[in-house]
Amino acid sequence: MSVDINALRAQFPILDQQVNGKPLVYLDNGATTQKPVAVLDALQNYYRGVNSNVHRGAHHLSDQATGQFEGARQTVADFLNASREEILWTKGTTESINMVAQCVARERLQTGDEVLIATSEHHANIVPWQQACAATGASLKVIPLREDCSLDQDAFEQLLNDKTRIFAIGHASNALGTLNPVKDMIAKAKAAGAITLVDGAQAVGHFPVDVKALDVDFYAFSGHKLFGPTGIGVLYGRREQLEAMPPYQTGGEMIETVSFEKSTWNQLPYKFEAGTPNIAGAIGLAAAIQWLNGQDRGALLAHEDALLKRATALAEACDGLKIIGTAASKVSVLSFLLDGAHPADVGMLLDKQGVAVRTGHHCTMPLMDSLGIPGTVRASFSIYNTLDEVDRLFQALEKVKTFL
Amino acid sequence: MSDVRHQAQRPIPFFCFASDIQRATTEFNDVQFDIHSIKLGQDVTAEDIAEDLEFLDDWEERYRYIIDLGKQLPGLPDTLKTEDRFVRGCQSQVWLETDYDSEADTLYLAVDSDALIVKGLAAIVLSALNRQSPQAVRDYDMDAFFDRIDLLGHLSPTRGNGLRAMVAKIKQQAGQLAA
Repeated sequence: MSVDINALRAQFPILDQQVNGKPLVYLDNGATTQKPVAVLDALQNYYRGVNSNVHRGAHHLSDQATGQFEGARQTVADFLNASREEILWTKGTTESINMVAQCVARERLQTGDEVLIATSEHHANIVPWQQACAATGASLKVIPLREDCSLDQDAFEQLLNDKTRIFAIGHASNALGTLNPVKDMIAKAKAAGAITLVDGAQAVGHFPVDVKALDVDFYAFSGHKLFGPTGIGVLYGRREQLEAMPPYQTGGEMIETVSFEKSTWNQLPYKFEAGTPNIAGAIGLAAAIQWLNGQDRGALLAHEDALLKRATALAEACDGLKIIGTAASKVSVLSFLLDGAHPADVGMLLDKQGVAVRTGHHCTMPLMDSLGIPGTVRASFSIYNTLDEVDRLFQALEKVKTFL
Repeated sequence: MSDVRHQAQRPIPFFCFASDIQRATTEFNDVQFDIHSIKLGQDVTAEDIAEDLEFLDDWEERYRYIIDLGKQLPGLPDTLKTEDRFVRGCQSQVWLETDYDSEADTLYLAVDSDALIVKGLAAIVLSALNRQSPQAVRDYDMDAFFDRIDLLGHLSPTRGNGLRAMVAKIKQQAGQLAA
């Protein structure tokens, strides 16, 4: 079955606009995805008809808001194949990882312990561990990349040992698109006795994720990369892990009882949700997931594959273009450099032609250092992009070449 | 990458003595760098740049012009690309060198960037601020100038190209000298 791309695009009103006098070609989906009408409506309807604080009001609207908010949690739980107690609302992937670094790593790491990550990680999956290591005397170990920018699995197995307390890995690389064999790696890390975390920010918008099948302890993602609103994210935590974790922040909502001498903590998942949560964000995210569940995800995945194939073929035929990241398994991301051209210049000249890409180090400075490049130009595709838009990217690149 | 050169409707003014960019860069890297050789701000003023840009009406001509400015501006030798001359941008980096001649009360500026468009925009900044008195530099309204030449977006804090930070750094030094 194929995707009715026009009908799909019609559900994303933002796509229909001119930028610098040209039809917008939005290829910055790795940074954030656009939102379908279903999500926009859910946000509107919440604030127009339901807005109220959750879990505490003795009135109709509060009941409704609580019902929608907790229903959203169930939607996310079903989406990941988890239980609702295992779904924590956060601001996004970054906060989700910080929560684990704060409440697990800093609590349990000791001198001599190791945290294992990969060279290709986003800063959000580096810095929290680095800081936890600095605070506890543990050390950060890094899996190197092979020539094609896939993870060096031999090195991974050598780095993994009985001192590895935490293994934190990106499901897919934001800068290069490389899809990591996380299931296999989690199994090995688990066998070595490590707590495992997957940064799923660049995965959930592309393909279905099953945390039980992955057998992972923690899975983090952001709503806005999954067609949902910004400022809402998720941390899935295996129940035993969450029960063993101390609270992240303290205050309202997360308590059971409070006296001036002592407080006791609420049950899961509320123990980790201090203060009034992002209610609209959670409801908006659930609307995005429900909308996505209503699509033929197999067909969408095949469509994204076709976009990447076309882009890769055109890139290979493009004089002076070098693809950065040529792993066999990738999400629909094309990172590249134009011979002798700074990525910022390429990005600016593409923007002038209505083509939105991201340029720079993509919050992966250690990765760029390891590749010996200042950054890349990144075209990241999503379900609503068309083959024609891929062609337009390369037509625009031909024009860019005449400038530099 | 390409030998397609644009057909400018009028010649682009040269403001340094080497017309071959490659050669100029090499020379500046090998031979001693002389900040006083940059005549931008004197031979080519902000007014000249504004007139040129006014004359170029489509975005392609304007950006080719800016890029040419960037190519013509001598870069800093690597030995001068030090931490204290560095202005960090998210997308691109800028280096700034200054020299103050107290007898003539004149501030000399040189800039470099790893990105061509930013370097060209930096050249435009120099056309307004180079070889001026610290007081004139301090008081110059760069936003108004970039607004006039319809490039204000590039000075925006959201751009992260280091240009805004560079202007602030120049003005801060000028402010100290003028005080």
